[in-house]
Amino acid sequence: MSYLDYKVAQTPTGIRKILYLNWPLVFLIAAVASIGFLMLVSVAGGRVDTWAEPQMYRFAAGMVIIIALAFVPMWFWRGISVPAYVCCFLLLIAVELVGEIGMGAQRWIDIGPIRLQPSELMKISLVLLLAAYYDWLPARRVSRPLWVLIPVVLILAPTGLVLIQPDLGTSIMLVAGGGIVMFAAGVSLWYFGVVIAAAVGLVAAVLESRGTDWQLLKDYQFRRIDTFLDPTADPLGAGYNIIQSQIALGSGGWSGRGFMQGTQSRLNFLPEKHTDFIFTVLAEEFGFIGAMSLLALYTLIIGFCLYSALSNRDRFASLITVGISGTFFLYFAINMATVMGMLPAKGSPLPLVSYGGTSLMILLLGFGLVQSAHVHRPR
Amino acid sequence: MTKPVNPADAAGRSITRRGLMLAGIQLGVVTTLALKLRSMQVEHAEQYRMLADGNSIKIRLLVPARGLIHDRNGIVIAGNEQNYRVTLTREEAGGDVEPVLRRLARLIPISDARMAELLDEFAKRSAITPIVLADRLTWEQFSSIAVNAPSLAGVTPESGLSRVYPRAGDMAHVLGYVGPVSDYDLSKIEDPDPVLMLPEFQLGKVGFEARMEEHLRGKAGQRRVEVNSAGREMRQLSRQEGEQGATVQMSLDARLQNYAAQRMGTESAAAVVIDVQTGDILTICSSPSFDPNKFVRGISSPDYKALMNHDHRPLADKTVQGVYPPGSTFKMVTLLAGLEAGVINAGSRFYCPGHTEVGGRRFHCWSRGGHGSVDAVTSLSHSCDVYYYELAQKVGIDRIAAMARRLGLGQRHDLPMSAVAEGIAPDRAWKQARYGQSWQVGDSLNASIGQGYVLASPLQLAVMTARLATGLEVKPRLVRAIDGVPQPAEDFPDLGLNPAFLRVARLGMDEVMNSATGTARRSRIVREDWRMAGKTGTSQVRNITAAERARGVVSNDQLPWNRRDHALFVCYAPYQAPRYAVSVVVEHGGGGSAVAAPIARDILLFALADGLPPLDAVPGDQQEAMEERHNAMRLFTPEAPRLTRA
Repeated sequence: MSYLDYKVAQTPTGIRKILYLNWPLVFLIAAVASIGFLMLVSVAGGRVDTWAEPQMYRFAAGMVIIIALAFVPMWFWRGISVPAYVCCFLLLIAVELVGEIGMGAQRWIDIGPIRLQPSELMKISLVLLLAAYYDWLPARRVSRPLWVLIPVVLILAPTGLVLIQPDLGTSIMLVAGGGIVMFAAGVSLWYFGVVIAAAVGLVAAVLESRGTDWQLLKDYQFRRIDTFLDPTADPLGAGYNIIQSQIALGSGGWSGRGFMQGTQSRLNFLPEKHTDFIFTVLAEEFGFIGAMSLLALYTLIIGFCLYSALSNRDRFASLITVGISGTFFLYFAINMATVMGMLPAKGSPLPLVSYGGTSLMILLLGFGLVQSAHVHRPR
Repeated sequence: MTKPVNPADAAGRSITRRGLMLAGIQLGVVTTLALKLRSMQVEHAEQYRMLADGNSIKIRLLVPARGLIHDRNGIVIAGNEQNYRVTLTREEAGGDVEPVLRRLARLIPISDARMAELLDEFAKRSAITPIVLADRLTWEQFSSIAVNAPSLAGVTPESGLSRVYPRAGDMAHVLGYVGPVSDYDLSKIEDPDPVLMLPEFQLGKVGFEARMEEHLRGKAGQRRVEVNSAGREMRQLSRQEGEQGATVQMSLDARLQNYAAQRMGTESAAAVVIDVQTGDILTICSSPSFDPNKFVRGISSPDYKALMNHDHRPLADKTVQGVYPPGSTFKMVTLLAGLEAGVINAGSRFYCPGHTEVGGRRFHCWSRGGHGSVDAVTSLSHSCDVYYYELAQKVGIDRIAAMARRLGLGQRHDLPMSAVAEGIAPDRAWKQARYGQSWQVGDSLNASIGQGYVLASPLQLAVMTARLATGLEVKPRLVRAIDGVPQPAEDFPDLGLNPAFLRVARLGMDEVMNSATGTARRSRIVREDWRMAGKTGTSQVRNITAAERARGVVSNDQLPWNRRDHALFVCYAPYQAPRYAVSVVVEHGGGGSAVAAPIARDILLFALADGLPPLDAVPGDQQEAMEERHNAMRLFTPEAPRLTRA
């Protein structure tokens, strides 16, 4: 009897819940994180204490959080979805005010030792709120214009705040993440068609606005777009990162140059190698086989999440799972596409692998919700 | 507060359908990513690999070991030695080099001036360029730096090869020396070999080293190194040693050269020994000399000034660069010109009353009392000037000049040395071209005894002597073999001189040494099988005024050194089967017979004996003096000759 056929008569309670976790998902996450530790050792030139060790502590703490959250019943999540969203929204405004005082773009608030990045938290709470909204909304109203407008406003309000930080990447993630929940909830495809058409129009307008008084993006963002369109135009300037990344990635070949043998990354041709460009290091050192293995692990994570969502008859739990796995999907797809030169460089981490506290904790928090949904699914 | 679930709810089916659609979209994106990965890493991997290598792999040249120079017996006369040096890279020193330099100054001496110079250089150069702090360190200094390396960040002890001349001053002029490449050197070379840009490369600057540069340089090796994006070297990928330059075997005999140098002592002099059969130059030695190793290492300014201000001009190569009026050593030329022209024969006689009058001017013979009736042979053995004054008027300058050129004067012998002088074998056309004046009879008289416009280098005089001894057009050479391949000895063509006339000249030279009244009788060789023929010469470096003459001939001893006559001597031996020709010029030495002849004879003896001259080869009354001289010399005695390539 395979795990997927596993059935229990009723929702487990108490400590027994631990037996009903989505264990394959836990192991997949641990496997991906382990690849991350390995790559962090490699980019630190064989030193464990530089990046790998702190990352391991964070991951261990994160795993404890996943399991702890898995014990929290679904009604609690439904209950806090609105307050959580409001809190995050206020924090975003607070960040904006702090940012006014500080210099340039500030995206976090320092609360003692913790550096809180509200825009990251917002990714989770937006999914929570939208899931609760569609769980509450009768199915027949889902595609009615007014009932479509409400979630759109709920998405765009925080997005607007993030956009003026300015953080285009996170804004796109918020819109896409929210869109995935709306899509899963069954909002008519026409709306999506219209939004995509509008997005294309907006992009056209943005490009058109360049150099005019009403320029919609900052100069550096325009330069990133230029770089994306033709990285070779300025190989030592803005295009440097992308060109170097592609060279390193491509030169990995079928089986790579071997652990810690990646010439490009070790010789500092690669920028940001422990964060945004860590996939390049993996691809250079372990080649196509290594890169595909990571991609396969990611795909399996998405697969297990979707299976869990589709087999869950609780609409709220199901939507949360789809929303969070969708966000996770966006993370790795955007990062990989960026380092391969398919998207403009915008500084996004590779989920569970890149060095960095906030994104890892937020992702593990999200997977805690997925586990909670899985454990408390109706039997 | 679990909400009851209605399984029949339409939303349930909707989420299933949308979930599957979402899965499809995500699978599509994953597939796109995988295809892109495959395209980059599998299909275009080679292309990216090349770009990656170009990014990080640089080729660094390795200075090749310079070819060795051997003497004719395989003794190394220019070799390579390990040079220990330390370099410092600012970046590795953490940006501030001064504390590191101060710490280093406790291990090796660094003067305050040098310290300031270094700091200045570090400020100017890139942070990743290694700069040489000190070289020619002793092994002790080198190892103490290596041991203390952990506290000397950025300091790298290195070892490389540097040129060394084991015979120091003996061959300084002929070999020349090497040195670092200067901007001026580069400006003279079209399309310079990139290895010249390396700071440790040594280029032949003058002499044989410069002229044989292409053979001695060798081929640069290559190191493929990986560099980081700042250009710093991270590791070496491969190393291909360069090819050492060719070993060049010279015709020189290091021991003979050493003996010649010692024999000339502190005189300002030059000596050339030629093998008359092959043209091999066994010795070409200018005195006093200098230590070329000092130039390789960078000569100090006081040392250089001392060399420049020395009145014996140690830096000048008197053998090929110095030209002197050949004096009476030129008389064989005039004699042969006369004989060949048919204006005289061996028996023709001229009367020498001690002087002759031409065009109202009186030309003196060196012998005030005159030589009386003089024939060809005695004209040489007694070195009668009047004989040649008379002969010159009959034969004319143009035929004398032509004979001079046939015997190798007034032409450049192309040896791989620096500043080889052409000398002057003057004729009418030459004077017209040079001074715009017509040739005077008096000019001919002066030229006939090797004075006036005639100029010859010691090398040319040695070649002349070799040609007289053999009747062949002997050409001097310095290179016997390159990389073990012998340079073929030339078959010298006959000069086309009547052998009977040559015999007259040789007989005259024999009588100079061996007749009872010969001018150089004192310097003869008494061993019959080494019987020697020669000719003295004394050339004036000033005009003797009528007033001086009236007071009587001023002895050279009473003149300041630099106004004394040059002493010259040319000779060859054995008389019957000539092997070696020697020329010696002693600047301001006084008389040729007294000063130059004994030196030339001793050098010739060394060549004949292939070792220290046996005492019984010289007249008995000179043996004691010769022994004393030998005992006072610090001669070079090589161990077993090293014929293998070191």
